[in-house]
Amino acid sequence: MFTGFMVNAWQVGTIVAVVAGVVGFFVVLRGAAFPAHAIPNGAFAGAAGANLIGLNPLLGLGVFSALAALGIGGLGKRGRPDVATALALVLMLALGAAFLSQSTQYEPEIYSLLFGEILGVSSTQILPTLLLGLASVLAIAVLYRRLLLTSLLPDVAASKGVDPYRVDVMFLLVVGLATTMTVPVVGALLIFSLMIGPPAAARTLTSRPGAALWLSVSFSLLTIWIAIAASYQTNWPVGFYVGVISAAWYLAARTYVRTQSFLVLRRRVI
Amino acid sequence: MSIDGKGTPPVLEVDGVSVSFGSRNILHNVSFELRAGEFTGLIGSNGVGKTTLLRVILGLQPISTGSVRVLGAPLSKRSRALGYVPQKVLLDPDVPMRARDLVALGLDAHKFGFSRRSATEREKVEEILVAVDAESFADARIGSLSGGEQQRVLIAHALISSPKLLLLDEPLANLDPGSVQEVVALLHRVAKDHGVSILLSAHEMNALLPVMDRIVYVSNGRVASGTTDEVVRSDVLSELYGHHVDVIQLHGRIFVVAEPGTSAEDVPEHPRYQVD
Ligand SMILES: Nc1ncnc2c1ncn2[C@@H]1O[C@H](COP(=O)(O)OP(=O)(O)O)[C@@H](O)[C@H]1O
Ligand SMILES: [Mg+2]
Repeated sequence: MFTGFMVNAWQVGTIVAVVAGVVGFFVVLRGAAFPAHAIPNGAFAGAAGANLIGLNPLLGLGVFSALAALGIGGLGKRGRPDVATALALVLMLALGAAFLSQSTQYEPEIYSLLFGEILGVSSTQILPTLLLGLASVLAIAVLYRRLLLTSLLPDVAASKGVDPYRVDVMFLLVVGLATTMTVPVVGALLIFSLMIGPPAAARTLTSRPGAALWLSVSFSLLTIWIAIAASYQTNWPVGFYVGVISAAWYLAARTYVRTQSFLVLRRRVI
Repeated sequence: MSIDGKGTPPVLEVDGVSVSFGSRNILHNVSFELRAGEFTGLIGSNGVGKTTLLRVILGLQPISTGSVRVLGAPLSKRSRALGYVPQKVLLDPDVPMRARDLVALGLDAHKFGFSRRSATEREKVEEILVAVDAESFADARIGSLSGGEQQRVLIAHALISSPKLLLLDEPLANLDPGSVQEVVALLHRVAKDHGVSILLSAHEMNALLPVMDRIVYVSNGRVASGTTDEVVRSDVLSELYGHHVDVIQLHGRIFVVAEPGTSAEDVPEHPRYQVD
């Protein structure tokens, strides 16, 4: 399990998990789950398009992620952000459907873009994933305080010269960047679950932002590691395990917090 | 720029400011000044443009005419001199942040990057938390705090960057009467201790009477400013409202009462129904 092609899987999976844990922390904090769902799906259309005209799918992923991020950010400034996101999503999916209908070599590639093919990662994918991952985490580190302030007090941020819309567009671009690197590995549908479950669980367990961020990354890492191991053993798709384990973190954290407060209450009553 | 007795420019000069939304003129030719260390109430009923005026001062709302200067400086240079507590803050109950984290964010949120808080910064956060009586819930999750507690944390967040002028938009709305008294007393004390001027909007002035040095009274898109005695008078307010109003003092409280038959809408908080 720790030799040959599996080494690639462990390495790439680890990078993806760190990025998803960090970026996902702000996805949940900013209530950006819907854009975080829309961007990978849009990116999927981009990959399908690139496939069709014989370009590197990574290029299609990048271009369409960026377009989706800019579209959602730009439209969201004027109107309702959820409507803007939905429209961007619908448009991208329509394009994706069109590209797929023209494509001859359809199933395996498309399937892996949607659900991931982490066990088939080649060693040439490691370096690009690492570089894009570093760029995403670096961008988040640079924007860290602005992301916090604009999520909580947008007007206060604006009065200090920090434009919440600009921060929002920059953040969506980071989500796009993270998406570009992760879609080929865990798939368009499942990067989303990795960006939501672990951070949502983390923030219910601690009220310290730094600790929540570390917990988010830890849960995300455990999710990917368990998923890879389980997938190797059972031959079920990695995406299945990622989705289930991500949701399980959240349910477990909620249950834990509930029980804790219930016990505290009972102790007080008795 | 006008200069007060001590030779320093006023903290805030609003000069001939007009704002319209589409064809609706919300503020026309509004002018007033605030002097250092004063507590000023920005009083007017709902919808007269108090929030709009505060946003103009913060540079968040474009104006069609006029100018605003803070400490004699135009817009681009004034942001650091202003603290702001917005009207409605909805904090997600699950946000992983303690009260002290939000306060600390007031130190340097405009800076890029990420660093651990230094010992001096942590001390400063502690001091401000004590100053606003928030130390008992400093480690609680901000989303779990009551309205009055959140208000104090937001005040601390605004104060920690040492602003010269603190703008608060309806900080007393949605507080129970006990908390209103506490927050008013706290602001008064903090303003004196930290040498901060305060401009606080409210649709009801009575809670502010004991601490207010000056009043800026808004109605019909215009303002009247001065001390309470100068402004809250039948002749001044009748002129501002454009119809006759009586100012009635009762047990140290002031009621602005519209003539029967006039729309009560532009009289703050329908005071004629108010019984204590
Ligand atoms: N962005 C906006 N676009 C259009 N109208 C607005 C906008 N902001 C405020 N208004 C209108 O301007 C008037 C003044 O609003 P506001 O400044 O919020 O009043 P106040 O704070 O005194 O209650 C209201 O009638 C409001 O509907
Ligand atoms: Mg208002």
